[in-house]
Amino acid sequence: MEALSIEQARDYDHKRYLWPMGFGIILLIGALTSVGLYAGMTLFLFSAPLITYGVIPLMDWLIGKDSANPPEEALAALESDPYYRWLTYIYVGIELVFFAFLAYVVGTFQLSWLEWFGLTWTTGILTGVSINTAHELGHKKPRLERWLAMIALAPVAYGHFYVEHNKGHHRRVATPQDPASARMGESFWRFLPRTMVLSVASAWRIEKERLARKGKCAFSSDNEVLQAWAMTAVLWFALMAAFGTQLLPFLVLQAFLGASLLEAVNYVEHYGLLRRKMDNGRFERVQPAHSWNNDHIVTNVFLFHLQRHSDHHAHPTRRYQALRHFDDAPELPTGYAGMILLAYVPWLWFRVMDPRVVRHYRGDIRRANLQPGREEKLLARYPAADAAGEG
Amino acid sequence: MRKWQCAVCGFIYDEAEGLPEEGIAPGTRWEDIPDDWTCPDCGASKDDFEMVPTD
Ligand SMILES: [Zn+2]
Repeated sequence: MEALSIEQARDYDHKRYLWPMGFGIILLIGALTSVGLYAGMTLFLFSAPLITYGVIPLMDWLIGKDSANPPEEALAALESDPYYRWLTYIYVGIELVFFAFLAYVVGTFQLSWLEWFGLTWTTGILTGVSINTAHELGHKKPRLERWLAMIALAPVAYGHFYVEHNKGHHRRVATPQDPASARMGESFWRFLPRTMVLSVASAWRIEKERLARKGKCAFSSDNEVLQAWAMTAVLWFALMAAFGTQLLPFLVLQAFLGASLLEAVNYVEHYGLLRRKMDNGRFERVQPAHSWNNDHIVTNVFLFHLQRHSDHHAHPTRRYQALRHFDDAPELPTGYAGMILLAYVPWLWFRVMDPRVVRHYRGDIRRANLQPGREEKLLARYPAADAAGEG
Repeated sequence: MRKWQCAVCGFIYDEAEGLPEEGIAPGTRWEDIPDDWTCPDCGASKDDFEMVPTD
């Protein structure tokens, strides 16, 4: 196997010229929001939720999938092609400019209640989707990218994610101990407060233990959770100093909406999946079978291949352009954008997803990650007896 | 002897100690660990590790 050059490897990336849409969509939403603002069309102020929950799921359905993988010999060249990482850096710049613009508008314009809400929701979607870009950057080894990840998380006040995701979620994924892995029978609305509260607690514990090993106290300037939160404090105070303290409810609500969007994606990614506990008490190694994947093109472009999630857990520092699809990994019926819509309606979610979990475990849901207290109900509905011995 | 750290979760592989419970004897050099070996804590591949200076 001979490694390819960057030029040769480019041909294997079918989405090469689509990736700039990752920030292109932010520019488009910025343009639509400005039109709405200056032409007085309130509907346009809702452009981010309309695109996220309407246009993107529809386009996924219309445009379909691309499951092509770059060959092994192209991976190193794709990985080192600077084009791809520059797109993520540009994204962060655009996020910050648009966020400041929205804060300026909300702080200084005379707005109706509905206009205020539309702008706040659009901001929440912007900062929520940006957590995905921060996720891509926060997994990389270079310091610059880790810093950009923290900066991208500042508007949405979710900097602890940077610590919890890498050192918490990646270790405990698909176990009952992971606050960011949803359980079968757990509705999104129960998952949301659990994951939000326990993720903060987990991030804090991880940093406290890390600093203790270095002989430092948790309230040290080396605490990365505190560093990230300090960035939010500086940014929010600067905006309030510039555009007025009446911005506070806007800042808080958009942060909550943004974080809930990320947590809806988290809910989808590992729903019901469970690693087996081994005799020594440890959980089996993380496998492709422990993540839900999807190859719909549109959502994959906007989320930097996040939906090739099994490969992401196998190679967390691998860059998005080099992530691969696995035929035998659990597959969702549509992209994450459509799936989060479904997640908001629990009875519909359970109807679509529970049978998929059952099939994945060949009828034996005792092998799934079940919501405590709902085991009996679930087992009555999906009896494991007929499946015994088969799996 | 060197140490290698998982860039994702922070797990440290110490060549001096090896990982006897996984059948990797003390003193096993990083290069001699199979390429398909993964981080025992988070499942990350060997590529996700970086060398750490020993204290
Ligand atoms: Zn690891």
